[in-house]
Amino acid sequence: MRKTTNTYELLVLILFLVLMFLKPHVHAAEGNENFFPDQFAPVEIHGFLEMRAGCRTQKDSNERGRSVMEGRLQAEFFTYTDWAEFKYKGDVWGDGVTERGEYDTREAWVFSRPTESLDIKVGRQVLTWGTGDLVFLNDMFPKDWQSYFIGRDKEYLKAPSDAAKISFFTKPANIDVVYTPKFDPDRYITGEYISYWNGTQKSIAGQDKRVHSKKPDSWFQDDEVAMRVYRNINNYELALYGYRGFWKRPGGQTPSGIAIFPGLNVYGASARGQVGPGIGNIELAYYQSADDESGSDPLINNSEMRYLAGYTQDLAKDFNVSLQYYVEQLLDYSDYKASLTGGPARDRGRHVITLQLTKLLMNQNLELSLSSYYSPSDRDAYLRPNIRYKYNDKIVLEGGANIFLGEESHTFFGQFENNTNIYAAVRYSF
Amino acid sequence: MKTTIITACFGLFIGFACVEGQAKELTVDEIVRKANHMALYQGADGKGKVTMVIKDKQGRIRKREFNMLRKNDDNKDRDQKYYAFFQAPADVRKMVFMVHKHGALEKDDDRWLYMPSLDMVKRIAAGDKRTSFVGSDFLYEDISGRSPAEDKHELIKTTDRYYVLKNIPRKPDNVEFEYYLAHIDKKTFLPMKMEFFKKDDRLYRVIESIKVEEIQAEENGKKVAYPTVTVSLAKDMDNGSSTEMTFSNARYNIGLSSKIFTERYLRRPPRKAMR
Repeated sequence: MRKTTNTYELLVLILFLVLMFLKPHVHAAEGNENFFPDQFAPVEIHGFLEMRAGCRTQKDSNERGRSVMEGRLQAEFFTYTDWAEFKYKGDVWGDGVTERGEYDTREAWVFSRPTESLDIKVGRQVLTWGTGDLVFLNDMFPKDWQSYFIGRDKEYLKAPSDAAKISFFTKPANIDVVYTPKFDPDRYITGEYISYWNGTQKSIAGQDKRVHSKKPDSWFQDDEVAMRVYRNINNYELALYGYRGFWKRPGGQTPSGIAIFPGLNVYGASARGQVGPGIGNIELAYYQSADDESGSDPLINNSEMRYLAGYTQDLAKDFNVSLQYYVEQLLDYSDYKASLTGGPARDRGRHVITLQLTKLLMNQNLELSLSSYYSPSDRDAYLRPNIRYKYNDKIVLEGGANIFLGEESHTFFGQFENNTNIYAAVRYSF
Repeated sequence: MKTTIITACFGLFIGFACVEGQAKELTVDEIVRKANHMALYQGADGKGKVTMVIKDKQGRIRKREFNMLRKNDDNKDRDQKYYAFFQAPADVRKMVFMVHKHGALEKDDDRWLYMPSLDMVKRIAAGDKRTSFVGSDFLYEDISGRSPAEDKHELIKTTDRYYVLKNIPRKPDNVEFEYYLAHIDKKTFLPMKMEFFKKDDRLYRVIESIKVEEIQAEENGKKVAYPTVTVSLAKDMDNGSSTEMTFSNARYNIGLSSKIFTERYLRRPPRKAMR
C-alpha cells in the first residue's frame, strides 16, 4: 500500500471530533438529551467494483505490454447532520502494472453552510473550475493525466486536493478561496505507466528511467492559494482567477537533472454563455514563472500566456459536438532560445484544436464518444475513442483506445506514441 | 294551448340550459392557458420525488430517481427554474441537472449539469427539446412543458369529462409529430391524455395521467388543494417501450429561494433537494 495520507487523515479526524464535541452541547442546552442517535442521517454507502484491462498495440521497449490491468473497489460513505455533511470516498485496487496493491483516498471532507453567504469545505476533495472541456487553464488543481492516458474512467483525470475551500456569496460577486497547506502536484507522467521524452537523456525513457523529482513539501510553507471571483450576468458566467503556488508538473530542473517545481503565479479570466444555438466559452491565463520572470534561466520554464476559445452545440438528436482552440504562447522567447543548451527547441506557440463528439443510442444506453486533440504546430495528436454500454442499471461495459500520433518524439503527444493502447472494462455499481 | 305552454316551458328550459352552457363556455385559448397552468405552474414553487420505471421492448427494466425542485419566476406562467438531484441509477447518482426555463419562444433555456466525481459544472447546449429525458419515454419537453405558443389549438370535441384539443405545431420541422390530441379534464383542467400522431393519423406515442391526487398546501395563509398528477405513463409505440413516472412527496409553496437555482447549490445541493 502506498500514497499514505496519515497526516492529512489525522487532521480530518481531529476536525471531525472537534465538531462532534462542539455540537452536542448546543442540543443538550436545548434539552435534547437523546441527541446522538438522531443527529446523523443514516449513512449512505455506495460504490463499484471494476475490472479493467488494456495493452499497448505496439512494442514499447521501455514499458510492459499491458497498459492497464486492475481490479478496483471504490466505496463511498456519506452522512449529514443539521449543520454539516461528511463524505469519504476511497479506492483500493490490485495494479497489474506496478504489481502492487494500491490505495487512494479520493474524498474525505466536512462541508458546512454556516451562514446565508458562506460555504466551507475542508478535507480531501476534488476541485474543478474554469470553462475548458478537458483543457485546463485557470484550474490549477491536480490532474492525473497518467490515469487518463492509460484509459481509466474520466473521473480519475482529476486528482484530489488536500485543501480548505471557503466560498463567499455576495451580491456583486461570489468568491471562492482554496487554500492547500502543502503543494499537491499533478500526477504527471513519470515513466511508471507511460514512457516519455526525457529531456536530459534526449531520448524516450520509461520504467527504467523514471522522473526523479524534488517536490516542495513543507506544510504551510510550500502552500497554494487559488481564488476565483465570479458572477452571472443574464446567465453569462464571468470569472476572474488567481493562483499562487508552483508549476503543477516539473517546470524545471536542477543542474544535476532532478526535476523541480518552480514557483508559479497565474492570473486569468473566463466567460461562458449561450451564443447562437450553442454554448461559447473563452478563457485566458497568464502563467508568471515566479522563479524565472525574465526568462533567462535555461533550467526553469519561462512565463506563458494561454488562450482558449470553444463552442459546443447539439448538431442532431443526442449528438453533441464541442470544438476548442487552445494556444500556449511562450514569453521571452528570444531569451529562451538564447539560453537553450541543447535538444530541440519548443515553438513559440503551441496550438491545439480539440474536438469532442458524443452520440447516444439505444435509449441513451449506448454512448459513442471521441475526444481528440490535434496540434498543427507540434504536428502531433491524441485520439480517445470510447464506447460505453449500460447493460443494466448496475453494470456498465466499456471499451476504448488512447491513440498518440506524432512526427517527432519530443512533442507533447508525440512522445507518447509507443503508449498507444486499447482497453476494456466492466463495472458493477452498488 | 297546452302545447304552447309545453313549448314555452321547453323553450325556457333550453334557454336556461343555453345560458348556463354559455357561462361555462370557454374559448380554446382559455382552456389551453388553464391546462398549461395546471400542468406546470401550480403554486409559487414545489418539490417532489420523481421515480421513472423504464421498460423496453424486451421487458428489461431500468429505474431513474431524482428529487425535483421547481420555482416560478413570475405569475404569468412563463419563466421557471428547475433543479433535479439524481439518486439512481449509480452512474448518475448525485448529479444535478438545472434548468432556467424561458417562456419566450425565441430564447433558449439555460441548462447546467453538475458532475460530482469531477466537481465539474458543465453548461449544456439547449439542443433539441424533443429528445429523451434520461433515457426514458418522456421527452425534455414533457417534463418542463411545451409552450402553448408553439402550437395552433383547435377544440375538436367536448365530452362529459374532457375537452379534446387538437394541437398543430407552428414549426412542423422542429418536431417529429404532425399533431397531438390533448384530453383536458373539464373539472381540474389537467391534461389526462396526450396522443401524438405522425403522418396519415398514425398514433405512435401516448402519455396518460393514471392517478391524480389533491395535494394540500397553503396559499397566502389559506388552505388550498392542488390537483396533481402523481402517476403517469408514456408509451412509445414505435420502439415498444414505456415509462411509468411516479411523483411522490409532492409539496407546494415551501418558500424556495431563487438562490437555490445557482452554481452554489449545483455544487452542494440544498437539504430540500437531498431529503
